[in-house]
Amino acid sequence: MALGRASEARLGAPRTETLYANAGWCAAGIAILIAAPFFVYPLFLIKLLCMALFAVAFNLLIGGGGLLSFGHAAFFGGAAYIAAEAAKVWGLPFEVAVLAGTATATALGWLFGVIAIRRHGLYFAMITLALAQGVYFLALRLPFTHSEDGIQAVPRGRLLGMIDLRSDIAMYCTVAVIFVLGYVFVWRVWRSPFGQVLRAIKDNRQRMISLGYPVDRYALINFVLSAALSGVAGSLKAITLGLATLNDVDWSMSGEVVLMVLLGGMGTLFGPVVGAVITVAMDDYLAGIGVPVPAVIGAIFIVVILVFRRGVVGETLHLMSRFGRGEGSPDAAMTAEAISDRPDGSSR
Amino acid sequence: MSANALFGQLLLGLINGSFYAMLSLGLSIIFGLLGIINIAQGAFYMLGAFVAWILLTRFGIGYWPALVLAPLAAGLVGVAIERTIIRRIYQLDHLYGLLLTLGIFQVMQGLFVYWYGTAGLSYPYPGALTGGHNIGFMFLPNYRAWVVVASLAVCFGTWYAIERTRLGALLRAATENPTLVRAFGINVPLLVTACFGGGVALAGLAGVLAAPIYQVNPLMGGNIIITVFAVVVIGGLGSVLGSIVTGLALGLLEGLSKVFYPEASSMVIFAMMIVVLMLKPAGLFGAER
Repeated sequence: MALGRASEARLGAPRTETLYANAGWCAAGIAILIAAPFFVYPLFLIKLLCMALFAVAFNLLIGGGGLLSFGHAAFFGGAAYIAAEAAKVWGLPFEVAVLAGTATATALGWLFGVIAIRRHGLYFAMITLALAQGVYFLALRLPFTHSEDGIQAVPRGRLLGMIDLRSDIAMYCTVAVIFVLGYVFVWRVWRSPFGQVLRAIKDNRQRMISLGYPVDRYALINFVLSAALSGVAGSLKAITLGLATLNDVDWSMSGEVVLMVLLGGMGTLFGPVVGAVITVAMDDYLAGIGVPVPAVIGAIFIVVILVFRRGVVGETLHLMSRFGRGEGSPDAAMTAEAISDRPDGSSR
Repeated sequence: MSANALFGQLLLGLINGSFYAMLSLGLSIIFGLLGIINIAQGAFYMLGAFVAWILLTRFGIGYWPALVLAPLAAGLVGVAIERTIIRRIYQLDHLYGLLLTLGIFQVMQGLFVYWYGTAGLSYPYPGALTGGHNIGFMFLPNYRAWVVVASLAVCFGTWYAIERTRLGALLRAATENPTLVRAFGINVPLLVTACFGGGVALAGLAGVLAAPIYQVNPLMGGNIIITVFAVVVIGGLGSVLGSIVTGLALGLLEGLSKVFYPEASSMVIFAMMIVVLMLKPAGLFGAER
């Protein structure tokens, strides 16, 4: 979350101080990533990181441009199918299979974007949802996806032809490195001039149009970036867990990623990771004790929206800025929600 | 291709189309007044079918009373949810409404899957409507004919109520400018609740009508609601007649594609949506707002 604050830090705190703080948070994050497999079952961590990367990718879209996509399962699942097919049937090595999946998601993202960006707000959400359902039906019908069975027993292969990924620890380390790269990528995008323009479009679209920015093209690029990163997450998931199924393209997967990001804090850099940890851990725990998991998740969704819209990280930042440093500190700006609270926002 | 198969598929398409029409009609009424896209509409469709099934198996109450009781039950559940949950987020961005109703949808679907599994339960045809008639070019099952007639009557009845009655005029006025209508002494929050209840009752009614044709399954709502979203995008929100016509036309189109190219039948509505978005982004009957 300190990384998230950095973009606002220029307004107030001296830059060197936040740099130290950032370095501290980075070190802490990397230490957790290194220590985690000694305490938690690596396969669970791998799944967690894949979902966290998916959430980070989704957050790039909503946090950057304020667009709510309901079709991200298409990129995640589409990439999962292609990566699994590439690794299993075409016999491609690990890296190439992940790239193939990512390329698929990128292409799909471009296609969805070109169609959906014509509308905003609610319509955008509905259109992406409907397009993703089209991809779901494709996955159900196409022969190579084996409909209900999915692609199973996908081999992990070797990393760069050297490291055998059949060991869970080696696989974990690979996924962790890719995850960190993806995370840093999102951070860089948000801090870049491109990210500033996106935020400005979210805040005042009309003004950016009148200033001559091609707002739809910016939104499209952001959408494609988010789709591509979701594709990385989906490809990794398919190869590490050895499985690509209809679940990955189902619209409940799109809903799950929205929940992860909402729960953690939309538009905060660290929020999606927290949301993914909570959601995946909860899924795992609840499935074991025999309660209706989707109903519980739905109930959490309702509670979060009614009382907790900033999410765990967003609320924490908000409280810190109120009690820790007083009103009006630069951090307060960071807790602004990704979707505006005003009904007259650019929602239609 | 026998004429019987062709007209059989067309009839099934028309039936699906009337379900699309009823669901998208409910969606567009609720959207007009509340500004919320109600994903839970799919869950209320499922709820209608389940209430009918439970009435029959637990209480021995047949199809005809269920036709009234099930939409009533769905409507009451809807009113309770609107009063307790949805009411709290009217002042927020409409996207939160979409997310909130997704949560409601998941709770309802999740509970029914937990209680009844996903295998699907069968609901018998009502006694008076079993069998069918040979009308020359095809065999017309009585129940299917009834579903088409009943849902068309309900759709156009709703259209009439909204466009031609005093209550409908109030509803349209409150959609335009709720503050002003309130200033005239009309109880707008009550109107909003009633409108939500009415919208979801339509979905519940569609669920009862669907129960004998399709199996009663907790997942039936999720499958249909996304197609209905595509229908709504194609038709454009906000036009009552537009919702009805688009729903029926797309159902027929889907039925036709089942005859000529069955593999693509589940895709045809989504393909249609892409074409319409390219040519007329606001939808066929919608106005850019």
